[in-house]
Amino acid sequence: MLIRLAAPKDVRPSDITPESMYLSRREWLAAAGLTVGAIAGAAALWPRRASAQQAPGKPYGLQPDDRPTPWEDVTSYNNFYEFGTDKSDPAQEARDFKPLPWTVQVEGLVKKPGAYALEDFLKPSKLEDRIYRHRCVEAWSMVVPWRGIMLADVLKRAEPTAGAKYVAFTTLYDPARMPGQRYPVLRWPYTEGLRLDEAMHPLTLLVTGVYGRDLPNQNGAPLRLVVPWKYGFKGIKSIVRIRLTDAQPATAWNVSAPNEYGFYSNVNPTVDHPRWSQAKERRIGEFLRRPTLMFNGYADQVASMYSGMDLRRNY
Amino acid sequence: MLVPGPLVVAALMSDFLQGTRWLGSNPVKEGELILGEWTIRYLVAALAITPLRRTFGWNWLQRDRRTFGLAAFFYGLTHFLWYALIDIQLDGAELAKDLTKRTYIVVGFTALLVMLPLALTSTRAAIAHLKRRWVTLHRAVYAVPALGIAHWWMSVKADIGEPIVYSFVFAVLLGWRVWHARRDTSGNATAIQPRASTS
Repeated sequence: MLIRLAAPKDVRPSDITPESMYLSRREWLAAAGLTVGAIAGAAALWPRRASAQQAPGKPYGLQPDDRPTPWEDVTSYNNFYEFGTDKSDPAQEARDFKPLPWTVQVEGLVKKPGAYALEDFLKPSKLEDRIYRHRCVEAWSMVVPWRGIMLADVLKRAEPTAGAKYVAFTTLYDPARMPGQRYPVLRWPYTEGLRLDEAMHPLTLLVTGVYGRDLPNQNGAPLRLVVPWKYGFKGIKSIVRIRLTDAQPATAWNVSAPNEYGFYSNVNPTVDHPRWSQAKERRIGEFLRRPTLMFNGYADQVASMYSGMDLRRNY
Repeated sequence: MLVPGPLVVAALMSDFLQGTRWLGSNPVKEGELILGEWTIRYLVAALAITPLRRTFGWNWLQRDRRTFGLAAFFYGLTHFLWYALIDIQLDGAELAKDLTKRTYIVVGFTALLVMLPLALTSTRAAIAHLKRRWVTLHRAVYAVPALGIAHWWMSVKADIGEPIVYSFVFAVLLGWRVWHARRDTSGNATAIQPRASTS
């Protein structure tokens, strides 16, 4: 049997390099050439991907050039120290986390305290899809289509007593399921808090989903807080306890670094973090920075809650 | 050996122009961190040469010391340029405030300034010209890891794991020198002087 071996002269470059690869190489060269022009003419914010995917929900406080941040970024770039301190850790380390069954405790200065299975906790309220701006204290931002219920709904049902002034939230403490809690990076469990009027504000959500789907573990499944006019770390994740109190509750980052992270942590471009400016932000997916807006663009709805307050002192 | 630097720049361009995800969701920040960490790594490499050479007699390592030292300087410089040009995009007010008021940036920039004369006098001609003063001048390198680690440590929010690990590495490398210098001066044996010739 004759086996014909291809002579070297039979081998063409296109046989060695797959078409897709040399095409992408050409695109890359073209792109490199375009760079000069792009830098010169970058009047726009230089979005990285042409258009974001379809996002369900009603836009709240969005600017004309705000587009939802792609699912891929929303679910892979996360600060959730319970699953590691790198942005990419939560998506990896929370993969096997089983959020259900889940119990939420409502307690403290309420007439109707109780422990609820998550389904029962959510059932009486209307699930809504809302697209919010999200500003991290680290000066990056996203636009996220959340799905959730109004925290006010839950609080009204629990009937706060006249003495209730604040709401304190607590994350699950379970180092076996949340490996980041094995290291003393923060005081575990994570805690957060709001003034009662902030908690009752119609923009304040208890979130159970994103992009119309169940909340991924790395985003704080199965239940997290979203307060769009505050820095992202106020949005405590994997909540197990909601407690009404008469005194301002301790909050995790304030305990960790009180001179850097205050109780209020309202987005404010005029009050810098001690280590960096808060005047601008980098929207994930964009190269040029955007100016940060007062109360993250929600000033019309929320500024009145802080009238007369020194926001430099109450950072 | 010097490859990661150009790769980071290429990855940034590709991520923004082609929609790739080499540097993840926030390529500007990721690239900045990579360049900073490689600065520290090359510093470890440069400072590890003398202990390794003396301990194991690996004298062939000597010729790489300058390369590693220069690599540390160029990564530090690129890290700074990345921060100024790509991260804060030459925002003059922010740059001025960062370089005067924000301690961790002042400390990091100082580390770069300390490395600058060392890089400039790394040529054979400079070594020959400066003679013993070269040795004295280049002792300044021992301040760089302290400044670099302090810069990193102060820049993180709470995740100090990596700065702690590198602190330990540098403590060993600098501690070895202290121990060695003591041993050499306490005995009557001829003290081993750092040699100016690096070729």
